[in-house]
Amino acid sequence: MADVFDRVKAIIVDRLDVDEAKITMEASFKDDLEADSLDVVELVMELEDEFDMEIADEEAEKINTVGDAVNYINNLQG
Amino acid sequence: MILTGKNALVTGASRGIGRAIALELAKRGANVAVNYAGSEAKAEAVVSEIQQLGRQAFKIRANVADESEVKAMIKEVVSRFGSLDILVNNAGITRDNLLMRMKETEFDEVINTNLKGVFICTKAVTRQMMKQRAGKIINVASIVGVSGNPGQANYVAAKAGVIGLTKTTAKELATRNIHVNAVAPGFISTDMTDALSEEQHKEMLALIPLQKLGEPEDVAKVVRFLASEDADYITGQTIHIDGGMVM
Repeated sequence: MADVFDRVKAIIVDRLDVDEAKITMEASFKDDLEADSLDVVELVMELEDEFDMEIADEEAEKINTVGDAVNYINNLQG
Repeated sequence: MILTGKNALVTGASRGIGRAIALELAKRGANVAVNYAGSEAKAEAVVSEIQQLGRQAFKIRANVADESEVKAMIKEVVSRFGSLDILVNNAGITRDNLLMRMKETEFDEVINTNLKGVFICTKAVTRQMMKQRAGKIINVASIVGVSGNPGQANYVAAKAGVIGLTKTTAKELATRNIHVNAVAPGFISTDMTDALSEEQHKEMLALIPLQKLGEPEDVAKVVRFLASEDADYITGQTIHIDGGMVM
């Protein structure tokens, strides 16, 4: 099974149509990856499906960077 | 046919305008989930009529004002149909009274079903429609939501709210190819209008340039148009179906 970061990256590339090289742990969805609010909501939905989990709205609002998402998923799975 | 292969959910589809919409969508090729709250036997009758047309249909009970019931309903519709292309938010109730006499519970009940119900159902289908990158949402408002109507402060507030909600939802979801429109029926012959007195009927007719009541089918045909590809460049609109009553 691919590493969480790689799986998250694949979803971001697919959804936001951005260059893979721009997707780092520090990259901000809105500032660096040109996502709007609806894109972020949609990404969270995709992550929920990919990792078969539910992210509460309060938690989802704290996800600003790629690293936030990866760490959240890692913590949940750890 | 214009809706062949499309899957629809119509709320409050056991009677009146909702029933006519469910049948019209099915006539044009759609499979239809028939939502109801109380009238199970009538919902079953609508289901049979649709099946006789050769489409898939099933009845599904849910109170549109209850988020967990609505979520379960959407999940079941998607799992049975495989997709959800058309949502018609039609479920509605009335608790008419003069403002001075209207109880808070009468106000709340109507707002909960007629306005909050639209919000809950819309939110619940959005996930599926965003994934599909396509969807048609049609909200059944009312002409009184535009014009106001004495004795219906709760209903008018809810329907005006639906028109505003339609516009905002249309703007939020436009980039995902989800179209959201409303219809505003005027004086349509249903159980709801049959409850009015003869005098009230007369007064209403005097206000209608086309000088007749509308039929549920008049509304259903416009909803079918808004649900189809023919309306792909229309979003956020409220179409009046009222014989010219409010212009």
